[in-house]
Amino acid sequence: MARSVHTKTIPSSTRYLEDVRQFVVTLAQQADFPEDTVEKFKIAVDEACTNIIEHAYGGQENHEVDIAIIVEKDRFTVRIRDEGAPFDQSKYHEPNLLEIAKKRQAGGLGVHIIRSLMDRVEYRTRGQVNEIRMTKYRTSGNAQNGETK
Amino acid sequence: MSNFSVGFRTKGAILVLALQGELDAHTASELEAAIRKCQEENSYQIIVNGENLQYISSAGLGVFMAHIEEVRENGGDIKIAALQPKVFNVFDLLGFPMLFDIVETEAEALARFENAEA
Repeated sequence: MARSVHTKTIPSSTRYLEDVRQFVVTLAQQADFPEDTVEKFKIAVDEACTNIIEHAYGGQENHEVDIAIIVEKDRFTVRIRDEGAPFDQSKYHEPNLLEIAKKRQAGGLGVHIIRSLMDRVEYRTRGQVNEIRMTKYRTSGNAQNGETK
Repeated sequence: MSNFSVGFRTKGAILVLALQGELDAHTASELEAAIRKCQEENSYQIIVNGENLQYISSAGLGVFMAHIEEVRENGGDIKIAALQPKVFNVFDLLGFPMLFDIVETEAEALARFENAEA
């Protein structure tokens, strides 16, 4: 199975989240991932794009979010780039549900979801460009499946 | 066009919100408006029926988090019923079963409200 790269650019608005989910689902299904894994990619990519739209760009809709999906024999990687405010990992704390409920705050849960669902999550900033790279490795059973295609 | 909607039904004093479609950061404001409407009408016994909810992200979950305390302070609850397994998995991932009453059927949620009153 050759490495393939698929890209999509959306405006920084939540109305395009549905398109992004469809984009990811189609590619993950084509790459023969099981349905529960496809579901994980879908949620992780939605959460990452939502964070970029709402936090990196502060809800401004006149920017772009660049999504690239890299399908390889042993892994599926989603790389998302933006030019907004970088995500400061040092200020991130694992969410405590009881505290969130008490403060009556929505939000703060997306990063936890991404980390729970993906095998590897990396953040980078180079110049103006921020990048999140989320990777999930195939289990051996799935890799075999991919090889026969 | 939004692919999410909230239907309202009443069962006595209990309000049932029937969710349909995909609940994400774009559509969460519709759930937010629905729960606010319940509060404005002093309806604090709320069942969320997720039978036709196809998808939820943390933005949707955040709406429940933002309102549960106020609803409970007013003697009510938000009980979540009939979630599809893939949607329940997202609730479970964030530990929602610890904080919310999540049941398999709307009838079970109704029974729990009725038993609480008895």
